[in-house]
Amino acid sequence: MTAPLRRYVREITVTRQNEPGARQAGAGERPATGALTDSSDRHPDRHPDKHADTDGPSRPGDGQQVQAQGTRGRLADTFAAARKEGRSVLVGYLPAGYPTVDGGIAAMRAMVEAGVDVVEVGLPYSDPTIDGPVIQEAVDAALRGGVTTADVLRTVEAVAETGAPALVMTYWNPVERYGVERFAADLAAAGGAGTITPDLPPEEAGPWLAAAGARDLDSVFLVAPSSTDERIRMVTEITGGFVYAASLMGVTGARQSVGAAAEGLVKRVRAVTDLPVSVGLGVRDGGQAATVAAFADGVIVGSALVGALLDAERSGSGLSAGLDGIRTLTAELAAGVRRPA
Amino acid sequence: MSASSAGATGTTVPPVPPSLDAEPGAWESVPDALGHFGPFGGRFVPEALMAALDELSAAYEQARADPAFVAELDGLLASYAGRPTPVTEALRLAEHIGGARLLLKREDLAHTGSHKINNVLGQCLLTRRMGKTRVIAETGAGQHGVATATACALLGLECVVYMGEEDTRRQALNVARMRLLGAEVIPVTSGSRTLKDAINEALRDWVATVERTHYCIGSVMGPHPFPMLVRDFQRIIGVEAREQVLALTGKLPDAVVACVGGGSNAMGIFHRFIPDASVRLIGCEAGGDGLATGRHAAAIAGGSSGVLHGMRSYFLQDDDGQTKVSHSISAGLDYPGIGPEHSWLHDTGRASYRVVDDAAAMDALALVAKTEGILVAIESAHAFAGAFDVARELGPDATVLISCSGRGDKDVDTAARWFGVLPADGGEPAHG
Repeated sequence: MTAPLRRYVREITVTRQNEPGARQAGAGERPATGALTDSSDRHPDRHPDKHADTDGPSRPGDGQQVQAQGTRGRLADTFAAARKEGRSVLVGYLPAGYPTVDGGIAAMRAMVEAGVDVVEVGLPYSDPTIDGPVIQEAVDAALRGGVTTADVLRTVEAVAETGAPALVMTYWNPVERYGVERFAADLAAAGGAGTITPDLPPEEAGPWLAAAGARDLDSVFLVAPSSTDERIRMVTEITGGFVYAASLMGVTGARQSVGAAAEGLVKRVRAVTDLPVSVGLGVRDGGQAATVAAFADGVIVGSALVGALLDAERSGSGLSAGLDGIRTLTAELAAGVRRPA
Repeated sequence: MSASSAGATGTTVPPVPPSLDAEPGAWESVPDALGHFGPFGGRFVPEALMAALDELSAAYEQARADPAFVAELDGLLASYAGRPTPVTEALRLAEHIGGARLLLKREDLAHTGSHKINNVLGQCLLTRRMGKTRVIAETGAGQHGVATATACALLGLECVVYMGEEDTRRQALNVARMRLLGAEVIPVTSGSRTLKDAINEALRDWVATVERTHYCIGSVMGPHPFPMLVRDFQRIIGVEAREQVLALTGKLPDAVVACVGGGSNAMGIFHRFIPDASVRLIGCEAGGDGLATGRHAAAIAGGSSGVLHGMRSYFLQDDDGQTKVSHSISAGLDYPGIGPEHSWLHDTGRASYRVVDDAAAMDALALVAKTEGILVAIESAHAFAGAFDVARELGPDATVLISCSGRGDKDVDTAARWFGVLPADGGEPAHG
């Protein structure tokens, strides 16, 4: 074989074993004989420390840290406190930079003042494939306004000052582009509590878990109604803070009712983990928040809150009207999580 | 001297191996079980889609080992798609260029006018095998959308095609074609309203309808197993061409040249040649207005490693990781990324990639039309323009195999405007 061909064929094994970003023990040791191997062979006896084993010398001892995630971060305190009060946690999402960076910060502060316990700070992205039209519109506007990753971190800092845990909700590419280590360091320095990374699967999360774990950041991952029990176990083993249970199969956006699949999914998650479980996708009002609070530790609301800002911008009534809308809706949702229906 | 020897070469083709045959070789281990080509590929999708990707992987593995599936696919490729497609020696064109022998793999002669049919027949048969009844697809120029609508009509599947609003205007005839074939065409108005946004919208559809819907991705891109699966369905191009070139010249070609957007025709013609170390594999990315202008679609030459549409690969992106909008006169190459196996072929040096700008591609289109009587797609014209340079570099003793991936009927309007040959323009060619 010529050198290029040898590299094309053989380096895949080397990559799997040595490169930071190597995914999993086993993949390099047993090359597929055909074009595919049985999917059921892919994740034999997966443990979080498998990631440590394969991620090279830059990640000393992170296996332990990964395993300890669930009881470490500030999110754990928030959920524990709510449990003592006999209520669920209210998690609110808004994108950074909408309608402006400062306007977004004001909206997130208003959310906290009106009763949101945990803030998801959205990192605007050009290709938000998991988001419905409401969040897309706000995010597109934020990007047109020139919002940067640095602006998002500034937003996190401002939210963290309120005392509420701030999680960055982000598609994976901007983190990778910023630099995995650098992003973890700067997020921790800004006082952030961690991340939610909906398009970063556990199979690819090793480098991030190492960087986040070294800085006590919680890494929240999602489960969906289509997740097998095996995958739920895999996801919950690497998740910190809480497990994000998608209430339905679909993109973000307010719906008439929360998916009936949500309650069953929460039960399946609880069967394999003691982590709190929060339910998101589709929750839009106090009644739905109360319904979800009856079976989940946390209620996540995004598009409905973003919609309050969009309505105000569209009608030309400006940011202060948007903030009023945020406060009104948040108060209603906060009441909802306190009276599980 | 005759203009072309298409007839002669078409009849000397030996029986071709089955489309999904797998000659034993170490390169068969790429990608790994999680879909990685070196550091590229993988599955960067929401958890909700993981079950469907596992289902697809399992269904494909089972299907390719099932002689009945392979026989049905090969039967359709032969009796419906028109395979094997011929190899045509371009004598007048080669004389004009003044370099190597030029052999054209004629995917433009496949049903629906491009190589796209190879992949959609495979995926639509898989759809039926999985018990799904609805197929969604993205399309840029409309070629993949037309091919998908065609296969769905043939197999009785519901078909929905997402197409950027911008592209529905540029390619109105293909929209009509898809609708005549019974497909629903949904213009996408989000983001930049082009191919990448059509993919975003198809992904949003898929996550909500995955139980009964298959997403028929049109190129060697997306989350695992798509890059591998589409490559395998397109691999027939190179399997046939290798036999045909050997029969015609008695030796392997010195270079294989193909255009690359996502890169399915290129992967299809390259893959069988990967173990043939003497064969240069050369991809031609779309250079748009020129690499230096920043208005191009050359992900390898002008991009950087990143994650989009479920895969790690090379993409056009800014310092914050936001996707940059691509530019090319060819709607089929107008995509800000490239399939992960191409990124790996590039990084390992097994293939090399060149940039062909709009003007060079259009000149090649005109030259091929006038010397060979073949109006190629603007996408394929990029491969020709790149191949001309390769042919001159290698000299008259060499043979260059060019992937003629599609026909140019869909591009007559664009080409006529470019050259100013519409009657309304006065009938005087501006560049001809």
